Amino acid sequence: MDPKDNKVNQTPEKLIVTSSPHVHDTESVTKIMWIVNLTLLPAAVFSVINFGLPALVTMLLCIAGSVAFEAAIQYWRKKEITVSDGSAVLTGLLMAMCLPPSIPWYIPLVGSFAAIGIAKHTMGGLGHNIFNPAHIGRAFVMASYPVAMTTWAVTRIGKEGDFSGAMGKIASLDVVTGATPLGILKQQGYQALVDSFGSQAAMYKALLIGNRGGSLGETSAILLIIGGLILIAKKYIKWQVPVVMIGTVGILTWILGGKVDGKLVLFTGDPILHMISGGLIIGAFFMATDMVTTPITTKGQIIFAVGCGVITVLIRLYGGYPEGVCYSILLMNAVTPLIDRYVYPKKFGSIPEPAKRR
Amino acid sequence: MLKIKKGGVHPHDEKESTEHKKIETLPVPSKLFIPLRQHIGEPAVPVVKAGDMVKKGQVIAESPDGRATPVHSSTSGKVAEIGNYMHPLYGLSPCVVVESDGLDEWQENLLAERNWETLSNAEMIDIIFKNGIVGMGGAGFPTHIKLSPPKDKNIDTLIVNGAECEPYLTSDYRMMIEFPDEIIKGTLITMKILNVQTCYIGIEHNKPDAIKLMTEKCKGTSIQIVELETRYPQGAEKMMIKVITGREVPSGKLPMDVGCAVQNIGTLKAITEAVEKNIPLIERVVTVAGKTVKDPKNLMVKLGTPFKEMFEYCGGFIAPNGKIIMGGPMMGMAQVNLESVVIKAASGIVSIADNDVDYQPEKACIRCGRCVEVCTMGLRPNILSILSEKGQHQTAQTDYDLMDCVECGCCYYVCPSRRNIVHYIRQSKAKNAMLRAAAKTGSK
Repeated sequence: MDPKDNKVNQTPEKLIVTSSPHVHDTESVTKIMWIVNLTLLPAAVFSVINFGLPALVTMLLCIAGSVAFEAAIQYWRKKEITVSDGSAVLTGLLMAMCLPPSIPWYIPLVGSFAAIGIAKHTMGGLGHNIFNPAHIGRAFVMASYPVAMTTWAVTRIGKEGDFSGAMGKIASLDVVTGATPLGILKQQGYQALVDSFGSQAAMYKALLIGNRGGSLGETSAILLIIGGLILIAKKYIKWQVPVVMIGTVGILTWILGGKVDGKLVLFTGDPILHMISGGLIIGAFFMATDMVTTPITTKGQIIFAVGCGVITVLIRLYGGYPEGVCYSILLMNAVTPLIDRYVYPKKFGSIPEPAKRR
Repeated sequence: MLKIKKGGVHPHDEKESTEHKKIETLPVPSKLFIPLRQHIGEPAVPVVKAGDMVKKGQVIAESPDGRATPVHSSTSGKVAEIGNYMHPLYGLSPCVVVESDGLDEWQENLLAERNWETLSNAEMIDIIFKNGIVGMGGAGFPTHIKLSPPKDKNIDTLIVNGAECEPYLTSDYRMMIEFPDEIIKGTLITMKILNVQTCYIGIEHNKPDAIKLMTEKCKGTSIQIVELETRYPQGAEKMMIKVITGREVPSGKLPMDVGCAVQNIGTLKAITEAVEKNIPLIERVVTVAGKTVKDPKNLMVKLGTPFKEMFEYCGGFIAPNGKIIMGGPMMGMAQVNLESVVIKAASGIVSIADNDVDYQPEKACIRCGRCVEVCTMGLRPNILSILSEKGQHQTAQTDYDLMDCVECGCCYYVCPSRRNIVHYIRQSKAKNAMLRAAAKTGSK
């Protein structure tokens, strides 16, 4: 009675008998995965311009590692090899975009193994994993190689958004290290951060365009938002999730983020800085909207997004790390089954008694 | 224009191949295979035997219990045998095989001229029962039972279902265009029998001609035409009631529990013909369509006509067939071969070309939530399919409202993993029914 069995060994002269329905729309898992990959491409290309060849090497290693581990594990488990569905490529790409641009070659491979081997295939493969594989990979290497993972390359694009210098150096493997904006904020405070860019306006501009230090794919807020808008237009993700998550971070950092002489002064934080810096944009558009690891219903996803925003702010303002998007999403992944248990659609026929005439 | 509040899908309606063609009458085939079971309930009991001569409209099988409907001969000729032939829903089933004599003669003294306004309700319900009328939208529920609700149910609204939300099908639409008077008269008859003053005819937005014509014809009556957004599954009984009246049929209850009765367009035409002229239900309009059919048409067909004859009349096939479906592609039944015959509830026969059949293998659920979004019943089809896969059919019923699923198929339609969720749900329902049956016999 397996529905799959009905479709095999049918020649066109014979009629196929299956259960209804007999028509389908054009979406498929493969199509969704490759389109998400494509929407990440602009930001990925930008990262190579921004950080040069090391960024490209890291990305390729992550993708190759993910695909190879997926194929190897499926071969070993005698399962159908499904690397062509684009999900392993997506995991690799997303993980690479959350890594520092220039790290030793083995870190992406260890990360890929943690992402694909541990987070995805120990759970049963695509659709069964509880945690976002890309973020598990990143968290794994973060715990294993803390020094390498906090050594950030500086941008090769000039302060004024001058690309010509970066294009000239694109093939060079030299790395100059520096700090990320959120790192400076954590260690030296807001004024030092503004000073490092020259002015507040220059800071916002740099954060939007992406000529700043940071993980390789997270820097260009604008390109990531464009990719995210495409996903929203294709209805692969819901606009509520990024809006609520980024909004929560904005509101909370505005309330709690301002300090004068080391003392908290309410409602003086800089929400714009927090909303467009760090991994928040990529996290909100591409990670917190991952279908597999987030709640099923829109209502559940909004709860998920609020939770992610709150935990991100707690880590950024009170935690040991400068950035908390990765952990906030992983923590909320753990709560997803619980959310799904209690938040579900209203069943038809549960309006008590009728009779309101139209 | 009224809309489904939540869920539903909008497949391409594919109606343009037949919607502007007049209904043609299919010549009587040389052999008719008239099934004894064309309704929900017990099969009718044959009252003729091989070798008997029968006339058109003659009763060939009687109701065994007063609930099931009788079956009439669709033409005149000789009963060749009573044997098992292909039924579009139940596979090999007992059929009365009538060899046509080519005369197509009515039984003597069968036809009558009556004015429905002079008849009592009991008389009309009896006429409807004796003429074998069932719901012609797909379920085949005996109409005389629907029209005699229990005393404690107070029905105040009649809804006529002209939504025809399934792709390809245009038989209801053509009937509204070509037989509006019969349909309206049938509606008035039904309103009288049910003693209701309010009646809505719901028609989807993609049939503007029908909306215009019916609105004109209904002037001066209490029937109101309601324009509905084109959206599947709006023609599902519970959806129709919700969209038009705002009432929700509670889980496990019937439309009459919220004071509504729903009738199909074809059924109303059959009611008029039975009440006014005493014509039994022996033929119906069937849409023959699909990408492989050379010349798709709407045909007036005798019940018991094999599908093959109808496809031949439509010029045969121009491409290899993948599936032949009785009903629409969303909820219809895939046929094993072309020997299956037209029954009272067959609104269309649709072919799906071999290269349109979705051969993609099923994958694991990726929890995208699209099925939950489109489910008009507010269920979680993703979980139902997984529970069925794991054999947890009881949990599906107790915790996840398995029995509320109306099998409309929206969940499969949008599933990017191509999971045949409806199939899993049917499997769970069937397994649970077997368990219940076993428990019953065990306790005796």
